[in-house]
Amino acid sequence: MEALLNALPGWTLLPETVQTVGVIVAQIVPILIALTLCVAYLTYAERKVIGYIQNRIGPNRVGYKGLLQPFADVLKLMLKEVVVPTNSNRFLFVIAPLLAIIPAFATWAVIPFTDSFVLADINAGLLYVLALTSVGVYGVILAGWASNSKYAFLGAMRSAAQIVAYEIAMGFALVGVLMAAGSLNLSEIVRAQAGGTLMSWFWLPLLPLFVVYFISGIAETNRAPFDVAEGESEIVAGFHVEYSGMAFAVFFLAEYANMILISALTALFFLGGWLSPFAGLPVLGDTFLAESGFFWFALKTALFLFCFLWFRATFPRYRYDQIMRLGWKVFIPVTIIWIFVLGGMVYLEIGPWAR
Amino acid sequence: MSSMTRSFFKTYFLWELLQGLRLTFRNLWVRKFTVAYPEEKTPQSPRFRGLHALRRYANGEERCIACKLCEAVCPALAITIESATGPDGTRRTSRYDIDLFKCIYCGFCEEACPVDAIVETRIHEYHMERRGENIMSKDKLLAVGDRYEAMIAADKAADARYR
Repeated sequence: MEALLNALPGWTLLPETVQTVGVIVAQIVPILIALTLCVAYLTYAERKVIGYIQNRIGPNRVGYKGLLQPFADVLKLMLKEVVVPTNSNRFLFVIAPLLAIIPAFATWAVIPFTDSFVLADINAGLLYVLALTSVGVYGVILAGWASNSKYAFLGAMRSAAQIVAYEIAMGFALVGVLMAAGSLNLSEIVRAQAGGTLMSWFWLPLLPLFVVYFISGIAETNRAPFDVAEGESEIVAGFHVEYSGMAFAVFFLAEYANMILISALTALFFLGGWLSPFAGLPVLGDTFLAESGFFWFALKTALFLFCFLWFRATFPRYRYDQIMRLGWKVFIPVTIIWIFVLGGMVYLEIGPWAR
Repeated sequence: MSSMTRSFFKTYFLWELLQGLRLTFRNLWVRKFTVAYPEEKTPQSPRFRGLHALRRYANGEERCIACKLCEAVCPALAITIESATGPDGTRRTSRYDIDLFKCIYCGFCEEACPVDAIVETRIHEYHMERRGENIMSKDKLLAVGDRYEAMIAADKAADARYR
């Protein structure tokens, strides 16, 4: 990227700060565009996968096998009017979708795509991730509050309580990852899992935390079966009931971007990010299968994304009190107990990460 | 005790959830039932009850004798008939209207008809663009009958042995 910019006429004559900003922007833009495209095709994949599970075909009219369907949807939403309800707080109403989507995108700054490529290789990466994913809930709460609608308000309250409950379990699960990896830097966490095949990744020694983290992630993103925040049968569409057109599309984008984010984080923390599961297998030799790289990261993320869709097609919605029970009375104790077990294992130097 | 441990493991290993996931995963690979409608169509019975038609005899004479049995049997009161003496001195309809918005396509008119005049064809792809087009007048019904007589006759013949 830098070499490409250096080739531009007059680029090297610019002040150094401008050059630095230019390089960063030149990295951000492709990531954002790729991410938006991923979100678009995730909606398509969701409709296809759920359709197939329900013995249907899913969208197949727009373009070959319906491949242009996401663009048709976006076009439709762009042409629709954004209705701002009377007596709503106009400023908060408009800013809420932005508050939902900015953290969903900003978190990608610290995600290492490969061993060498990460936008911001900061040491407190994990804290940054935790902080930003927590900010995302403000978009939901503000949307519910600013809409001046009881359904939106109820949805926002439910979502807030749920996210607070599961944030804790998620945080505890990540404490386990920290103990195993010994670093807050996301690249370091992945490197700590290197050395051998898929048995050296954290999913096996941290199995309960892995399960808890992924399920909490589903609850965090308000996806089925934890989607009481938008329970159609009770509160219409929840917090975004008053939103239409592009404002709604932004919420939609944020939800799916968060899904991709949670999948990517789970892949990084527990499935060894860009590491190849076949590294060191003599049969494969130098083929791309044995090589660690972006391919494996994308594949693992896609696996978790498929799980998101699969769960949505399988499970009925949890009742609200059951969600709270699961979060507070099951996940938090399980994670705390496993952290103690982990502490004992680290102290006694048992386990693959023992140093 | 053993049942308690079993239920503990069942709960914490998400056993029943995994069973559900297995079921949906298997259905992912099942052959799909969707019919891509305009390109593909499902097979139709000769008894299919679609758009109405009034038939004629082979010599061109109208079958309908204005007995009004269909009007009487119609549960939705969709049929309106007025009778008059025809040019050859026989009893004929001067008006035979079916309101397609009222019609529930039950087929009772067809069952009631003693001369097989009113029939419901297998035509189901039709639409109205203007108010009033939902009334099928006698001319329109006869036109449908003339146009699809071959199909109607074949359908009647196929169904005849069951009546």
